[in-house]
Amino acid sequence: MFSFLLRRVVAALGTLLLSSVMVFLAVQALPGDVATQVLGRDATPDAVAALREQMGLDQPAWERYADWIKGASHGDFGTSLVTTKPVGGEVAQYLGNSALIAVVTVLFAVTGSVVLGVVAGLYRDRWPDHLISTVSLVGMSVPEFVVATVLVLAFSVTVPVLPAVVLYGPGAGVGQLLPAVWLPAASLAIVMAAYIVRMARTSVIDVMASEYVTTARLKGLTTWRVVTRHALPSALLPTLHVIALNVAWLVGGVAVVENVFNYPGIGKLMLTSVQNRDLPVIQAIALISAVVYVVCNLAADLGSMALNPKLRTRGGRIR
Amino acid sequence: MSSVKEPLGVAPTSAAGPAPVRPGFAARTWRTVRSSRPAVVGLAIVAVHVVVALLAPLLTPYHPTTGDASHALLGPSADHWAGTDQYGRDVLTRVLYGGRYALGVSVTATLITIALGTVLGCAAALRGGWLDDVVMRVLDAVLSIPAILVLLVIVTALGTGSSVIVLAIAVVCVPQVVRVVRGAALAVVPQDYVTAARARGEGTWAILRREVLPNISDVVCVEFAMRASWVVLLISSLSFLGFGADPPTPDWGLMVSENRTAITVVPMASLAPIIGLATMVVGLNLAADGLSKAWGVDRIREGV
Repeated sequence: MFSFLLRRVVAALGTLLLSSVMVFLAVQALPGDVATQVLGRDATPDAVAALREQMGLDQPAWERYADWIKGASHGDFGTSLVTTKPVGGEVAQYLGNSALIAVVTVLFAVTGSVVLGVVAGLYRDRWPDHLISTVSLVGMSVPEFVVATVLVLAFSVTVPVLPAVVLYGPGAGVGQLLPAVWLPAASLAIVMAAYIVRMARTSVIDVMASEYVTTARLKGLTTWRVVTRHALPSALLPTLHVIALNVAWLVGGVAVVENVFNYPGIGKLMLTSVQNRDLPVIQAIALISAVVYVVCNLAADLGSMALNPKLRTRGGRIR
Repeated sequence: MSSVKEPLGVAPTSAAGPAPVRPGFAARTWRTVRSSRPAVVGLAIVAVHVVVALLAPLLTPYHPTTGDASHALLGPSADHWAGTDQYGRDVLTRVLYGGRYALGVSVTATLITIALGTVLGCAAALRGGWLDDVVMRVLDAVLSIPAILVLLVIVTALGTGSSVIVLAIAVVCVPQVVRVVRGAALAVVPQDYVTAARARGEGTWAILRREVLPNISDVVCVEFAMRASWVVLLISSLSFLGFGADPPTPDWGLMVSENRTAITVVPMASLAPIIGLATMVVGLNLAADGLSKAWGVDRIREGV
């Protein structure tokens, strides 16, 4: 059990190390010299050379990588080329704003879709199932920006109850941002829920056909008890994994949705920093996303083990 | 159980013969497709999109990228069924031509992705050992970085041409294809007919082509339909963010982002490309669902 845990953690660290190398190399490949970028096109070659030396750009790539990783492990990601503020603090601020959206999204998407998925599974091939399955098929077939656009049309234009655009900067308080969270979160939740509903439905159908559910029924348990004791835990297990796998996707969805609503979150920062070639910020966002992805996957694996004792053996492979 | 004697009629060589492929992949596929209503509906929707994309110049008298500024922002009428946009371009024409761009880029990107992913996935499953470990670790690392960020960086580095977008999509999507294909191939590799082929001294490539591929073709087909729906969504999102197709191109995602600001004036200009996009992806998803159910490929459990 312990050695299994250890192996999982070591593998996760290896993945992280590899992705940090990739992030570093990919960002280095972006065109344009950083020093020229900072000083502008008219800078003298001497000034550019001096800045390159000051920024350590004349060092070989692997030394710069080592420096970057050393700093990053302490939360020091260098300074932004655009705002000249420390990247760590800046990213943290935007990340906090996005976390607000993410929490609301996951909460709504998971609770709503597990319930819908279970209902669809229980009423298999009857009208509630057909309705839920059709809606979720459409839900997974439209991109986030379409859902966002339709929601804006409905709740900001037709019935103006929620703001279509956020007018605050990254430093806005939770109270100011809260009214603006609902539409972005709803857009993401609808698309994300579509996947979870299908997953939960399949799991419930499998579980309800299993022998231990038949036994439970023959014991005389009520449907409600069978569902809450047997179907729900089994439906949650694979759902956990879908959510973890979708975390990387969620960051992408967040990028699109935040740009639709001009919401000052990590996705917005990601897009502007790519447009401005703000390399330290891009690297920081990529690395932090990778950490979140790896941690979520690890957590999902451990969560699955907690819910399903069969996976705790040495040979038990988690997919 | 080896004490049971082989019946005389069966020549001993047949046991070690090539993979037990049921004859006629095309015929078998057609039978499967016909047996599944979602697959028929889905493929029919996709077929309509293909026909419309091919016939776009015949279906509309207008040009997709040049407009008449005096006819800007019109609502639906007999002349312009879906109205016009801010430059006076006919929206329906742009939606019809948009299908060409979406299908062309997505199908190319998906084909390359599936080809690369299948070869890598099969190789990892067949060879095993360090190759498998290295491939899977690298792919895990790629998956840990948000796809949209990878796309943005590649497009910024190499420009917004269609070939760059195809390449970027391949980088982002290959890991998932490899995962799925490797999983399917791992179920084939321990089979007796693969062992027999190995014993005959056949090379990895020959085994892959003759023994493994024919037996995972169903998984690959479902993966193709499913991945294509993903790719269409990704490309349109990229265009929506301004990192995909360049402005005059009639791309659905780009059209939504261009016309969104005027959504209160001419809602049809935003809705028409949305309908084009949604129907194509629904078609692809239905096809993937139907085929996976008919073939018994567990699509949903493969991780979305």
